[in-house]
Amino acid sequence: MIEVQDIHKSFEGHTVLQGVSFQVAKGELLALIGRSGYGKSILLKHVPGLIRPDQGRVLIDGNDLNFLRRKKLEEMRSRFGFVFQNGALFDSLTVFENVAFPLKEKTKFSDHEIKKRVLSILDEVGLSGAENKYPAQISGGMIRRVALARSLVRNPEIMLFDEPTTGLDPVIGHAILNLIDSCHKRFEFTGIIVTHEIPKAFEIVQKVAMLHEGRILIVTPPQGILSSSDPVVHQFITGSIDGPIQYH
Amino acid sequence: MMIALIRKLGAISLLGLRGTGRMGLFLGQAFIYASTPPFKFFRVLQQIRFIGFQSILVILLTGAFAGMVLGLQGFYTLNRFGSTALLGPMVAFSLIRELGPVLSALMVTGRAGSAMTAEIGIMRITEQIDALKLMGLNPFRYLVVPRLLACIISLPLLSSIFNVVGIFGGYIIGVRLLGVGVGNYFGEMANYVEMEDVLGGIYKSLSFGVLITWVSCYKGYYTGFGAEGVSKATTQAVVLSSVLICILDYFMTSILF
Repeated sequence: MIEVQDIHKSFEGHTVLQGVSFQVAKGELLALIGRSGYGKSILLKHVPGLIRPDQGRVLIDGNDLNFLRRKKLEEMRSRFGFVFQNGALFDSLTVFENVAFPLKEKTKFSDHEIKKRVLSILDEVGLSGAENKYPAQISGGMIRRVALARSLVRNPEIMLFDEPTTGLDPVIGHAILNLIDSCHKRFEFTGIIVTHEIPKAFEIVQKVAMLHEGRILIVTPPQGILSSSDPVVHQFITGSIDGPIQYH
Repeated sequence: MMIALIRKLGAISLLGLRGTGRMGLFLGQAFIYASTPPFKFFRVLQQIRFIGFQSILVILLTGAFAGMVLGLQGFYTLNRFGSTALLGPMVAFSLIRELGPVLSALMVTGRAGSAMTAEIGIMRITEQIDALKLMGLNPFRYLVVPRLLACIISLPLLSSIFNVVGIFGGYIIGVRLLGVGVGNYFGEMANYVEMEDVLGGIYKSLSFGVLITWVSCYKGYYTGFGAEGVSKATTQAVVLSSVLICILDYFMTSILF
């Protein structure tokens, strides 16, 4: 369903991606791991066409987003849900209004129906009672859950998560991953999750891809990456200081 | 040395050309989306409230004092030629043709233009604009078009309020304080001021409305990184809008009057 083919991307002469390719089948959840600051989020933003590649293409059900007309692109993007690293909630709207926003703008549901759906999804992510709070009044964990609720409320076919647990304590981080897992099982979306939650994230995904020096080093089921003999993969998974990955 | 200098100049010219082209496309897109459905009436009303209604106080204050200064300066200048009876037309011409549109546009730039840049800029750096795109929504329709329409509607009205209050300010000083006859003040004004003067002022306000939204939204939409990027974009938006208002004012004056 998602095909990333030979993506290259540079910013002001600095090469970030140099020939990234992988696939995610329908209903599959893929974890994208790799060093911080080495292009995982950039790669993720190529998938819904938020960033255009210098070379290569991303196909969604065979459609190259970079060649779609505006109307078709907007339709295609409606099939996506994206949980941004910092939530990207509209800070002038309450939690309820944030989650209701895509329904109000993109559907013809009545106010009553919207209210029912929003309260139901907020209940599902454990945020009942927080409807009237503003993003500035809630914690980081709650912001991620609101962002998740806002993405899921339209039943997207493809979900993209950009480090949904970064900056959260381990308990809340794991709770978010469990929530993503239960939502994945319930909504059966296809997804990519950029994460550093190793090995916890491996329990909820079907495939893991590791990005290293602008290329995909390995794509494998989670068991494969844990038992990989590749020194780079091994060092990254174990978090060892000694090895081929040099930290400056 | 020489080649390096030429290269640098070329690079600067290309950068300037690219920036201008991008700004042109930005305005073109804004007009295309403003003239095609779906229309966001409620968001336009919200922006009229912010750009127009909430600017009234500052317009009243600046308008009143601008009129009072005109009354004072105009009286002393005209008194030298023994023609203080023409104080009314002088105040009215200055306000309706120039000061009303220009000063109200500068006030709106400072109050609302800076806020537009900052708000859109913060939305950009916190990925809220990307979030809009990923809902299948067009950020131009949500962020730029309502502000553009609101500014086009609000500025002529604010400028008209500025003129009325300014003329009243001139009246307070000229008539009440310095003794010009009330009949002279308003009578001569009615004799000299033509409809085309008023229309000229309105055309200017409409153009300034487009200019302010164009520059402010563009600077916010393509802001730099972080808080510093937004702060720089906001400063640039205010400075560029103000300078362009003065330049546009000159050219419109030379064409309209």
